[in-house]
Amino acid sequence: MLEIKNLQARVEGKQILKGLNLSIKAGEVHAIMGPNGSGKSTLAQVLCGREAYEVTGGSVTYEGKDLLELDPEARAREGIFLAFQYPVEIPGVGNSYFLRTALNAVREHRGQEPLDPMEFLELTKEKIKLLKMDESLLKRSVNEGFSGGEKKRNEIFQMAVLDPKLAIMDETDSGLDIDALRIVADGVNSLRGKDRAILVVTHYQRLLEYIVPDYVHVLAHGRIVRSGGKELALELEEKGYAWVEELAEKAGV
Amino acid sequence: MKTVKEDAGAILKLFDAFEKECNGTRKSWVHELRQKARARAAELGIPTTKDEEWRYTNVAPLAKRAFTRPAPAKSLAVKDIAALLPPGLAEARLVFVDGRYTEALSNVGSLPKGVTLSSLHAALASDDKALRAHLAQYARQNDHPFVALNTAFLLDGAYLHVPKDVEVESPIHVLHIASGGEGQLAHPRNLFVVEAGAHATVLEHYAALAGGTYVTNTVTEVSLGEGAQLDHTKLQEEGAGATHIASIEARLAGKANFANHNVTLGGELTRNDINAVLDGEQVECTVNGFYIANGTQHVDNHTLVDHAKPHCHSYEIYKGVMDDTSNAVFNGKIFVHQDAQKTDAKQDNKHLLLSRDAEVQTKPQLQIYADDVKCTHGATVGQLDADAVFYMRSRGIGRAEALRILTFAFAEDVLKEIKHQAMRAWIASRVHERMAHTTGLKTR
Repeated sequence: MLEIKNLQARVEGKQILKGLNLSIKAGEVHAIMGPNGSGKSTLAQVLCGREAYEVTGGSVTYEGKDLLELDPEARAREGIFLAFQYPVEIPGVGNSYFLRTALNAVREHRGQEPLDPMEFLELTKEKIKLLKMDESLLKRSVNEGFSGGEKKRNEIFQMAVLDPKLAIMDETDSGLDIDALRIVADGVNSLRGKDRAILVVTHYQRLLEYIVPDYVHVLAHGRIVRSGGKELALELEEKGYAWVEELAEKAGV
Repeated sequence: MKTVKEDAGAILKLFDAFEKECNGTRKSWVHELRQKARARAAELGIPTTKDEEWRYTNVAPLAKRAFTRPAPAKSLAVKDIAALLPPGLAEARLVFVDGRYTEALSNVGSLPKGVTLSSLHAALASDDKALRAHLAQYARQNDHPFVALNTAFLLDGAYLHVPKDVEVESPIHVLHIASGGEGQLAHPRNLFVVEAGAHATVLEHYAALAGGTYVTNTVTEVSLGEGAQLDHTKLQEEGAGATHIASIEARLAGKANFANHNVTLGGELTRNDINAVLDGEQVECTVNGFYIANGTQHVDNHTLVDHAKPHCHSYEIYKGVMDDTSNAVFNGKIFVHQDAQKTDAKQDNKHLLLSRDAEVQTKPQLQIYADDVKCTHGATVGQLDADAVFYMRSRGIGRAEALRILTFAFAEDVLKEIKHQAMRAWIASRVHERMAHTTGLKTR
């Protein structure tokens, strides 16, 4: 589904990704772990097309298409979803209206009829329950005045509604207490399936106890320095990120 | 050196031809009013940018233009103006074409007993008592050059009189249509009198059938009695080449509630003077505005909230969306008289710039002579939140659509205050339509 080859990217003139390779197939859950500044979030942002992140080399192929050629909205319509580390507050724009507009843009791209507000409401009911969200959050402005946990749940709620093929989660665990973490993880797990791939970007192993990955990759200085199964996350937790520096040194990064 | 005024002679020379149109009112008190105003208009002239009140809005070229009196309009049917008629606001409608009442397009059917809704021309001819008591009592025909001109050429417009304690539920749609002919100059004159304890809702709407370089110079007087309420929305959708000069002058008695929503979407050059005199205690006064300008459009809003008496509240938000090389001027005066203690006045002016080349001049002017008052004001100029735009795009919403949604959210602050639901929805739909034609918000 996703093939990243020798990806290099910089932001504000600083080289962050320095030749990253990663291959993800449908149905798989991959986790990317790494210390702060290793390039985890940059990878997430590059994949969804943030303009401030400049790709200086390499390629990203998604479902046979050159992903880097597509606008952010085109990527979303093709089925890529990023759950933001810091979801944006949009005063004056209703959460429900926002998401229905997004869903209808995606549906139009898929050749489906747009949903009217009633049909949309019907669709969202079940997903709201899944994330144990208060329905009043739908009537409020997008993320405005939401608690940290509500914002993250709202991200996964959007993901559930938009039904992406590739979901990228950028530090979704940050700022969550254990109960909220469990709810969010349950939501994500319910979206696992053979047609969907999930890429979890995280600093801590904690989230991976709830969203158990098939593969774990350790990122350092803009490159993947070690890949393995879910046990790699535990090893990393045990040995700490100092160990990553050793790995990076050995790999000559 | 430039002078502060140009000669208004080119416009005033139309007066002789105009007098011939004044059949029925030529020997009445109103004609004396016209003649006085004509003399005053000659003295006041046409202001240049040397006049502080007109510093950023250049109307001096009007003095050199050749104008004609509007020719009698070609006959229009309701279907010709269907696009200008808000759904759900059809119960009471006065339509004027090039400043003259057009009965065939109007509908004054079903209003509560005692309410007068008619053309000003008809009311003058029947020598309506309330009309005589209120007309030209509030507008500044002695000071404002365009109000003087309007009064000199006063002939027709909307007249509403709501007697004491009567509640008019249906909104009243006052539609001034310009046929859009080159060089036409119209002077619509409206008077809305809402007596003590009465309620009304009015949409004062300016629109055009063509985009010629015509001029609308309009004056609206508003009088609210003790405890009266008026929700007054002005929607300006003039043609692309039009000059629109408007004065609204409201006199508010104690406990009155006046809300003015001033929405400017059209015209090449717009100047609004919106003045409210809070002339009794415990008045609630809202003067809000929203405008979108692109191309070389120029939008100037001058407001004055005059706190003459104690214990009054006033609220003011003006918001503008500026694209291309458009210009906006906002001059918001709040005047608090010495005995207007316990005044609570708020003013806010916000601009959203969609282009690097748009320009904004904003000037709050607070003059406070009382010592126990709360007055706040703020002015900001900003751009759309790039993070919000990206967030929306990352969900599949196209860039232009994201910009439109955010721009509408910016407008919504003002529009949501329009109380009547169908009217609010209509104005919102017009704003959406206007945004779709704004360069910076177009789909690439």
